[in-house]
Amino acid sequence: MIRVLVLRAPGTNCDKETARALREAGAEVDIIHTNKIINRDVDLFKYHGLVFPGGFSYGDRVRAGAIWAAKLKAKMWKELVDFAEEERPILGICNGFQVLVELGLLPGLSYDVTPSVALAPNISAHFEARWVYLRHESSGKCVFTRGIRKGEILRMPVAHSEGRFVVYKEDILRRLIENDQVVFRYAKPNGNIANGEYPYNPNGSMYDIAGICNEKGNVLGLMPHPERAVYEWQLPEKRSNNIGYADGWYIFKSMVEYIEEEIL
Amino acid sequence: MISMPRFVALVEVWLKEGLVDAEGKSVKEALNDMGYSVINVRVGKVYRIEIEAESKERAEYLIDEICRRLLANPVKDRYKFSVHEA
Repeated sequence: MIRVLVLRAPGTNCDKETARALREAGAEVDIIHTNKIINRDVDLFKYHGLVFPGGFSYGDRVRAGAIWAAKLKAKMWKELVDFAEEERPILGICNGFQVLVELGLLPGLSYDVTPSVALAPNISAHFEARWVYLRHESSGKCVFTRGIRKGEILRMPVAHSEGRFVVYKEDILRRLIENDQVVFRYAKPNGNIANGEYPYNPNGSMYDIAGICNEKGNVLGLMPHPERAVYEWQLPEKRSNNIGYADGWYIFKSMVEYIEEEIL
Repeated sequence: MISMPRFVALVEVWLKEGLVDAEGKSVKEALNDMGYSVINVRVGKVYRIEIEAESKERAEYLIDEICRRLLANPVKDRYKFSVHEA
């Protein structure tokens, strides 16, 4: 049985949708509070995959994702690194992406005490809640997008205030591109890259980056919400009881298939 | 048992110049609406931290580490602090 852990923290609010998407893809899913994992009431390693869902963990205190990451780094760091090194998949959605960045699991170029990238406040100075177009850029490294062709355009909603991807040094962006770590870029409806143009690039992210993976491809973080784009009836134009899948579905399906093929 | 000296640190954390400060922008707009010729507002955070340390130098070292590990993400924030005896 494929077991995935959806980790919860105070203020997490996308855990149930995320769990439902994973169950739909065939996984057995537990939603568990971070404290239970930290206190070793539940063993992290009984799970094949881990998801940090979206929300406002710890009320975005200090800055988005900072407290959750600090807690995990203080109490669970070795386990999390081992989990990632064993190439078990770790997914961070929205606030979960912010946490992975603050932890240093992304971009994972080094496990330094200070992050090398950040998700800064949106250039618009607004909370951006809208559907966006994403171009899939991975040449095959990212295990969460194996079911998606390179260059394919996907639609998912974003909902965040702090999603502007910035790097400490230009050199880091170059390395991300060279290493095939850029997974999703914001695009226009015609498939061209947004090139910073608002609202296609909703937050002003450098290089229109919406999601990146680590060097091995088993840790993915993205600002858009794939769990809100699992079924066709969730699409803005669909008001019917259409039963097909929407684009976000393929991320969860790929995650579960990867576990089945390479982790079990 | 000899207790360690106590220090108080005041830490300021600011978004780096060039990054949008949404709260500052809202405050500026409200002040303009109220008739003030305010040109720019930046909002930062101040932390007052009481800490035990062997010396002032040690306290400063620890506060700097605290800033780098939690209070600021150096990619987007800048910080400064002062430490004095409690």
